[in-house]
Amino acid sequence: MNINTTKVISLLFFIFSAFYLYTAYQIQVFAFDENAPFNARTFPIYLGYAGLFFSGLKLILPDPNTIKVQHKTLEYKKTAILIIIAIIYGATILKVGYFLTTSLFLFSSYYFLGERRWVLMFLLSFPFVAAFMYLLHGVLDIYLRDPFLQSIGVMG
Amino acid sequence: MIEGILIGLTTALTFQNILMVMVGCFFGTIIGMLPGLGPMTAIALMIPITYGFDPATGLILMAGVYYGAVFGGSTSSILLNAPGVPGTVATSFDGYPMAQQGKAGKALAIAAWSSFAGGTLSAIYLLFMAPSLSKVSLSFRSPDYFALMILGLTAIAAFSSKGQFLKAMMMVVLGLMLASVGQDSLSDITRFTFNNMNLTDGISFVLVVMATFAMSEALTIILKRNDPTSAAKQVSLTELGSIKINKEERTKMYKTIPRSSVIGFLIGVLPGAGATIASFLAYGMERNVVNDEEKEKFGKGSVNGLSAPETANNAACSGSFVPMLTLGIPGSGTTAVMLGALLGFGVQPGPRLYMTNPEIFWSIIMSMYIGMVILLILNLPLIPYIARILAVPKNYLIPLILFFSITGIYVMSFNNFDIYLMIGIAVVATFMRLYDFPMPPLILAFVLGGLMEENLRRSLLLSNGSWEFLWDRTLTLCILLTTILIVVWHFYKTIIKK
Repeated sequence: MNINTTKVISLLFFIFSAFYLYTAYQIQVFAFDENAPFNARTFPIYLGYAGLFFSGLKLILPDPNTIKVQHKTLEYKKTAILIIIAIIYGATILKVGYFLTTSLFLFSSYYFLGERRWVLMFLLSFPFVAAFMYLLHGVLDIYLRDPFLQSIGVMG
Repeated sequence: MIEGILIGLTTALTFQNILMVMVGCFFGTIIGMLPGLGPMTAIALMIPITYGFDPATGLILMAGVYYGAVFGGSTSSILLNAPGVPGTVATSFDGYPMAQQGKAGKALAIAAWSSFAGGTLSAIYLLFMAPSLSKVSLSFRSPDYFALMILGLTAIAAFSSKGQFLKAMMMVVLGLMLASVGQDSLSDITRFTFNNMNLTDGISFVLVVMATFAMSEALTIILKRNDPTSAAKQVSLTELGSIKINKEERTKMYKTIPRSSVIGFLIGVLPGAGATIASFLAYGMERNVVNDEEKEKFGKGSVNGLSAPETANNAACSGSFVPMLTLGIPGSGTTAVMLGALLGFGVQPGPRLYMTNPEIFWSIIMSMYIGMVILLILNLPLIPYIARILAVPKNYLIPLILFFSITGIYVMSFNNFDIYLMIGIAVVATFMRLYDFPMPPLILAFVLGGLMEENLRRSLLLSNGSWEFLWDRTLTLCILLTTILIVVWHFYKTIIKK
């Protein structure tokens, strides 16, 4: 059976809106606000119904412009690797520090995307991050937490 | 008024103030170009520096940063499809496709000239119309604002191509839903946080815009790497192209600029509206007034589609100074930061500012002209150098876009959760983009979400829970009828074309 993915997304959105609406009704408001014309749950409730309405319409009405994606030509593997590297980067940036994690993130991303010009890869990671860090931290005075550089005495 | 202009010129044309405009425009452009660091961040960074100057010089510096950052934001929208500020989201609709066709230089030149013309024209409007416009903006009430926001969101129908209206409306609702996360502005009750402290303050705009534009764009490029159509785009991306604008393009701009500058300025005057609504409305209006042949080019690199939002967002920047200087009400988030700085100087904005501090009021207006000229002189010659970002191979450009996005969030919150949330939203957005779910409606709805709820709250409380406020006032009714007209017209056109 050929499933229209746009309809599947609309169905997921419909379920999401139903969940949103249920959660909106669960919002605890102050007792004196319970019967007020507008309280903290009023707007979310309207939004929940609007979500159900539009996704419901999309589900019911015929879809004349069906989008067909050629999954065989999509680079799922490289995209997934890049996402995993970004998650690891996000997980280590605070503990290890901005300089080392960012440089390693850039270097490994270049590598996994197929780059093999080692000198350029190095220049566009470690020295580039150092220069960018100087712009943010040194010139613009934006604080960048970096336990690694602090431990080796480079950063105060 | 002549006396005021002379006072303004005398103050603005001092060596120190011209230098401040130059420094402000230059740094504003550089900071605005970095995705995640928009005018608000740039101006906030300048506040400590401005306290070393007198109020007029301090505000002139901040105004320069503002214009520079807005133009810088347009540059990253055009070259990377990564708008750092909501006001330049509409610029990417046609600016980025134009860059993909190898006309990056031309797109940046059109943006520079449109910004210059929009800013200059609106500074002239400001000069002559400030007093009467402040009265008009005073007459706007909460129901009018609510109706205006509904109009703005419905105008998204104009952005969505054939068959995308419902998808666009779903994205509008999703944007509003994302904006509802966090503390309720009045009661401080937390909503949709699921006991997660990181969500108490809501989801940041920069996070959503970075995830849905910059990051998801980067992931889409990698995902479609082997797609023959996107491969062709990559080759053309490395071509810089000329910055010369031909006669035909100039003719198109001559028509677009005046009408977009008027829209931009008028929307900018309305407190709370600002450059975002102005650029979206100007884009939507332009799409509706051009002929069918030109309409087909919208979203694919149209000159009108690029010129309109660029003119309007710069015009709105000038317009947003009107309520700030005359009423003490900020017209945008950026002018709210400037208002804070003004109060820090001990200057009380309001109708009396003309009388008590004429040098501040008039020198800011005069410095706008000077700022626009400097911005043009500074940016046009630099376009070939700025556009060289495109020459960076995809293997380097993609990680760098991801790096700028994550850094933008990291310096804002120093929080792992925000990075994970951004990656999560980017993955969902990438998947939805594959099936042509448009992202701009989501962004506009996200920006307007808080304001919309606030104005609906006031309207419903004033009318004691009745929806009669929608037709009680003529102005509200007119805005609402325009909205209905847009929806009906859209469906009529779709059915007729079928």
